[in-house]
Amino acid sequence: MSPTPVVSVRDLRVYYGTPRGTVRAVDHVSLDIGEGEVLGLVGESGCGKSTLGRGILGLLPEGAVSDGEVLYGGRNLVGMGAKELRRLRGPDLGLIFQEPMTRLNPVMRIEDHFRETLQQHEPGLSSRELRTRSLETLGRMGIPPTRFRQYPHEFSGGMRQRIMIALALVLRPKLLVADEPTTSLDVIVEAQILGILSDLRQSFGTALLLITHNLGIVAEACDRVAVMYAGQIAEEGNARDVFADPAHPYTRELLRSTISLETEELHSIPGSPPNLIDPPRACRFHPRCPSAMVVCAERNPIEQRIADGRRVLCWLHGPEELIPDGGTEPLEREEIAVADEA
Amino acid sequence: MQTKPEAVTNGRPLVSVRGLKTYYSLRGSFGQRLLGREAGSVKAVDDVSIELHRGEVLGLVGESGSGKTTLGRTILGLVPATEGSIEFDGREITRMSERELRGLRREMQIVFQDPHASLNPAMTIAQLVEHPLQIHGIGSRAERQSRVAEALSTVGLDPPEQFLDKYPSDLSGGQKQRVVIARAIILNPSLLVADEPVSMLDMSVRAKILELMMYLKRELNLAFLYITHDLATAKFFCDRIAILYLGRIVEIGPSEAIYAEPRHPYTKALLRAIPDPDPRRTVPRDLPPGEVPDAARPPLGCHFHPRCAAAFEVCGWETRDLRELLERRWAFQAQERYEAEQALMGDLAALDEPATRIRLKAGQGRTAAEMAALLEEVRRDAPDERFWTGVKRIAADGEHLDVEWFDPVVPRPLAAGATTVECHLYDEAALAEAERRRSETESLRGE
Repeated sequence: MSPTPVVSVRDLRVYYGTPRGTVRAVDHVSLDIGEGEVLGLVGESGCGKSTLGRGILGLLPEGAVSDGEVLYGGRNLVGMGAKELRRLRGPDLGLIFQEPMTRLNPVMRIEDHFRETLQQHEPGLSSRELRTRSLETLGRMGIPPTRFRQYPHEFSGGMRQRIMIALALVLRPKLLVADEPTTSLDVIVEAQILGILSDLRQSFGTALLLITHNLGIVAEACDRVAVMYAGQIAEEGNARDVFADPAHPYTRELLRSTISLETEELHSIPGSPPNLIDPPRACRFHPRCPSAMVVCAERNPIEQRIADGRRVLCWLHGPEELIPDGGTEPLEREEIAVADEA
Repeated sequence: MQTKPEAVTNGRPLVSVRGLKTYYSLRGSFGQRLLGREAGSVKAVDDVSIELHRGEVLGLVGESGSGKTTLGRTILGLVPATEGSIEFDGREITRMSERELRGLRREMQIVFQDPHASLNPAMTIAQLVEHPLQIHGIGSRAERQSRVAEALSTVGLDPPEQFLDKYPSDLSGGQKQRVVIARAIILNPSLLVADEPVSMLDMSVRAKILELMMYLKRELNLAFLYITHDLATAKFFCDRIAILYLGRIVEIGPSEAIYAEPRHPYTKALLRAIPDPDPRRTVPRDLPPGEVPDAARPPLGCHFHPRCAAAFEVCGWETRDLRELLERRWAFQAQERYEAEQALMGDLAALDEPATRIRLKAGQGRTAAEMAALLEEVRRDAPDERFWTGVKRIAADGEHLDVEWFDPVVPRPLAAGATTVECHLYDEAALAEAERRRSETESLRGE
């Protein structure tokens, strides 16, 4: 069973207002992230995974409205004042972005980045303590102390990402959200960074929410996985179990379309992800789903708990008593409009 | 779309590259320019030879800084070659004028990584795809329009009428990449350089674009240079694969051989690093440390040696490797310990200049004997570190420590099984030389 949750997300909704209508980027999502656990959040671009990550940290852009609960230490972060949230961010909740260069100040030495961060949150530290803490965290990321006084441009891409991770970890946060942290890196460096991230639970006891579009990364680095489609969690469970035997057709199709060295034939999912202003009614995946039934186009699926503690949002797993007569017949599918084909 | 006549070439390659070098000169600082000093150059492509036949796909695979993109662009004449020859369909292009090249560009087209950036957002799909025909003054308006429709159907944007009046912003990423490809094939080229064409697309779409490219190869007998960092997609698409590292082809051969029996340690590392959704796999730990070094100052000998788990006596060990060894040690040490060791070793900046011998001055008030003892300790702590195979001599002289390494041997392409590889592990002469050096140091250490 999952360890004590550090963060519990309950029924979270995040909507954006746009000229074309309201985008429901996160729509009634519930999730727990346990102490020292790595949870992978996967889905195609535009499924709302980054918005969910930011929503958990209260880092939403202007124009976004959120409702529901993000419980941290017994308090709801949704609706919490900006000042109070800022105090939590850093020592409690950290964030790692995709492009490290844009997050480091080019005219500040690495040392000064650490001084600024530590002084902000732990004003009592002496400069000796400050240096020790920083060098120790950097060292564990493989950055030698001889480079402490260098500037960001003197480092390679992978080193910068290590520095960003160290900068987040130096405050010993309980939860770290990493949004596509390896996307702009080369394969070998990507694997190095994943090694570091998946070791966090041992070395720092930090819980990690790892947001990625690459299922291979989740399989290798995560304990649990949540698969997101059109603003909702389609399936969530132990990563090994989910990958060995996906319960939701979307998870299955996404796995089949991932190209790895083991892939024997190419596969793709027909159509493309829906826009979140006017998503398909009932099950949002039904127009692309090879297993769609009549009920899938008529009624909203209801979250089911299946074996091994897994959650899945799909009529294939019931509840049977709510499926109308004839509802399990295969759905007569209109050809997916070519214009929707990716 | 009219198909290309089957190989009318009696076996002559479509593209033949020999001894190609593309160097970029560095600007250097203001002071250096004032004094008229050369700032040196980056050997982006360093003595590369490849052939590509009609209807064939050659993968150029490597990490950033490997020179794969520069190689593709030099072949298209977009970047001037510094040395060597590129023949396209029997014509030498390295000395062609811009005007001559422009004519030839009908035959060779390029597809970039980012479809959003490749399409002018103010033009309709019809205008975008028709544009190359206008530039080259081909056909009447009606003919051009029918060719646009034909190209769109070929790339799977069918029926074309649904797309003609749309703007790029109306399309998904995959659809945009199809438009880019339609525009690239409308001139009926024989070569397409595809530079990371799927890496910005979602997993669910990548297969579709790869399938489209395979279809074009078959139907139009198109030859591809597929530039990528991803060996997993290359496996599906490429007939042959060249692995690049810092401007050199370190291994080249038929795809099956590269995947079934990779030879070069770098190829093996690239293959191990690819993430796999197999639930039994965990993050690979036995990967090369560090990253691709600065191409302006590549490592001596084999460029890959500092990251190679199999490197040995002849691979080119040098000053910078010592610095890295010490820094890697210090990263994981307690602060007091590191500070003490650093004070003893003095200023490491002397190690930044690539050389196979160096005279280091001990830190203030310390002796070279202490430095030698520290190095001995470093060696005892990690005796399997490949670095030590390359050390010829360490001698203390008062406050100076002399360190000397064996001369680097530069690897040359060698046939190994079905592939050609640049690695001393497959070179009898290099192995024999390493054996000789090993016995030399053993007898020295034995004294």
